[in-house]
Amino acid sequence: MKALGIILAGGNNSKMQELSNKRAIAAMPVGGSFRCIDFALSNMSNSHIQKVAVLTQYNARSLNEHLSSSKWWDFGRKQGGLYVFNPTVTSDNAWWYRGTADAMYRNITFLKQSHEPYVIIAAGDCVYKMDYNKLLEYHIEKKADITIVCKDMPVGEDVSRFGVVRMNEDSRIVEFEEKPMVAQSNTISAGIYVLRRRQLIEMLERCAEENRYDFVTDILIRYKNMKRIFGYKLETYWNNISTVESYYKTNMDFLRPEIRRYFRDEPRIYSKVDDLPPAKYNVGSEVRNSLVSSGCIINSKVENSILFKKAFVGKNCVIKNSIILNDVYIGDNTHIENCIVESRDTLRANTYFSGGDGIKVVYEHNERYVI
Amino acid sequence: MIRKEMIAMLLAGGQGSRLGVLTSNVAKPAVAFGGKYRIIDFPLSNCVNSGIDTVGVLTQYQPLRLNTHIGIGIPWDLDRNNGGVTVLPPYEKSDNSEWYTGTANAIYQNLNYIDSYHPEYVLILSGDHIYKMNYEVMLDFHKENNADVTIAAMPVPWEEASRFGLVITDENKQITEFEEKPANPRSNLASMGIYIFNWSVLREALVTMSEQSNCDFGKHIIPYCRENGRRLFAYEYNGYWKDVGTLGSYWEANMELIDLIPEFNLYEEYWKIYTKSEIIEPQFIAEDAVTERCIIGEGSEIYGKVYGSVIGAGVVIGKGTVVRDSIIMQDTVIGDNVTITKAIVAENVTIGNNVELGVGEEAENKLNKSVYSFGLVTIGENSVIPSGVKIGKNTAISGKTDKEDYPDGLLAGGESIIKAGDRV
Repeated sequence: MKALGIILAGGNNSKMQELSNKRAIAAMPVGGSFRCIDFALSNMSNSHIQKVAVLTQYNARSLNEHLSSSKWWDFGRKQGGLYVFNPTVTSDNAWWYRGTADAMYRNITFLKQSHEPYVIIAAGDCVYKMDYNKLLEYHIEKKADITIVCKDMPVGEDVSRFGVVRMNEDSRIVEFEEKPMVAQSNTISAGIYVLRRRQLIEMLERCAEENRYDFVTDILIRYKNMKRIFGYKLETYWNNISTVESYYKTNMDFLRPEIRRYFRDEPRIYSKVDDLPPAKYNVGSEVRNSLVSSGCIINSKVENSILFKKAFVGKNCVIKNSIILNDVYIGDNTHIENCIVESRDTLRANTYFSGGDGIKVVYEHNERYVI
Repeated sequence: MIRKEMIAMLLAGGQGSRLGVLTSNVAKPAVAFGGKYRIIDFPLSNCVNSGIDTVGVLTQYQPLRLNTHIGIGIPWDLDRNNGGVTVLPPYEKSDNSEWYTGTANAIYQNLNYIDSYHPEYVLILSGDHIYKMNYEVMLDFHKENNADVTIAAMPVPWEEASRFGLVITDENKQITEFEEKPANPRSNLASMGIYIFNWSVLREALVTMSEQSNCDFGKHIIPYCRENGRRLFAYEYNGYWKDVGTLGSYWEANMELIDLIPEFNLYEEYWKIYTKSEIIEPQFIAEDAVTERCIIGEGSEIYGKVYGSVIGAGVVIGKGTVVRDSIIMQDTVIGDNVTITKAIVAENVTIGNNVELGVGEEAENKLNKSVYSFGLVTIGENSVIPSGVKIGKNTAISGKTDKEDYPDGLLAGGESIIKAGDRV
């Protein structure tokens, strides 16, 4: 194979509020049945990249659990495999990963012992579908040193949480600003890169010598004028999960039939299978414009919402414009509007939750008494 | 040397002809059940939940769907280095090549498979029942009684007992006699077709009886064991067990899953039923849809109204369509303004717009009245139903049909359209 994959899944973002207390962003449930990292992993698998390293750091319990077997994404073969690299203490390093470049540098042996000529680096917190082979072809054709996947955001959208780029007419990147106060363009970096493996090793070693740790500021921005860095425009669906609002919006996108069809068509997105029974609708259920996952049992009203796996909705409830994460028990007569209910939660009967004009993250720490 | 205490042999080669067009292309164990499962998932899941990690699946009739479903056994965790699931079709031998001519004959032809695991006990299962059972408890019973053969048996209502093969036991549950469908039953313990044998005993019986034609467990092996003074015991089972051998019982067993608290509960945490699911996405319930008293599989899109039905994965139900008391299997697409009442629609069927299924009065089916009854409409897999037609009760359709097949746009009650070899 021509490339190996690295998925950066160590990140946390305080803008995810309580949602990030339980897990890294890459392990956030998405679209009713997926985890965020499934998209990058499935893209790798569907692009025939057989050797993939996942770099984790922040609260990796949930993510490690999700990756406990690699067979769901068709990894785990004699050629290649899925490697999960948590930070480890070594004789010459007692630190956590101090940045994305440091995280890769600390696993440089993995890079050195591989034989694939190219490396695809992808963030684990994006929802998209992509054939990395096309990116690689473009990279080779442009004789680029590094190629960055870029996405044009709608004019007027706040891009201050992204890396903003400007390309010249040859698609070479002439400007790259990380999280700018005032953005010069609406083209952003999608957090997906390709470069030669030897080039990456060289750059990472130099970074380490100079005590620099971040891939974006210390490699992409610093080398911008010295190396040939190109942009590759991604025209299809792409969304990044880094705030409660973007998480809510990305999930709600799955209520649109064209988005559902896009992700459902070949090549498919894979995930760990949970072996839950089909969803069950009892008398009194009134479900409209909603997604319902397997294992759910519904006894009342659900509107414009997404129920993840194994939600139990009691009698006379109203659930509106909300996201109910995995394994939530909702008691009778409960009203939930504009909320995200954290997974494995238990909501008592006769309670009221509303996000008002915004979105509220609900996490009650109730014990569950169910027979 | 590999040594397993008990291995299971799962008989999955039968056609199940009483399921009519549902089994014209697939073996009965591969027929869909309960929205996302196939019948064979129940015994297979029982095996892994009972700690049995070596299962031989004997196939013969139309095995393609079964083979692809089982694969290397990943969904049941039966992809093992040592043991796991093995599909065992009939094979050619240097002399006397033959099909599996009976249940015991099928096991006899696979003596080498069983021998290679050196088991102490062999569990014989059939792939066409819906139940949850812990075979480990049955094995404990077998060991406690120092039995040679243990037969699982279930109490049935006395008034129905004369329809079953019954076992008569003494107070220690040791079997003294068998009665096959007796007019005046002396017992109400019906044999469930689940046996545990000491392998040495079964092996000896199979080899001795190898010349018996159509060698069958119930008819030949068990009587042989009894005549030779073996210790036969009946293990009484009191849970849910359903033979889904007829379209009526198949439909009923599916409908029972919809009850508020079903007798056969798939939602219990322990004793999960595993299956291969290709579709994992959630289902979509549209703005004007109604879903009441039903179960629906993954990835389905419901735009119409569904009452009291079992819907498989990847099914599309169009706008204005009303589905009542029906079973719709995987990947079937139903158009707009269709009315479906009491029907079984198999996998990958296409139904046009403005179709009515289950209209009019019941009439006896002319093709096979014992199979197509119960007032059901039965549609075989990959069938196509054109827009605007009406279909009566006790009917069967299989194949790609078009308007010309329906005189005056109607298939009257009791009629059938079977178009073999016309599948797309």
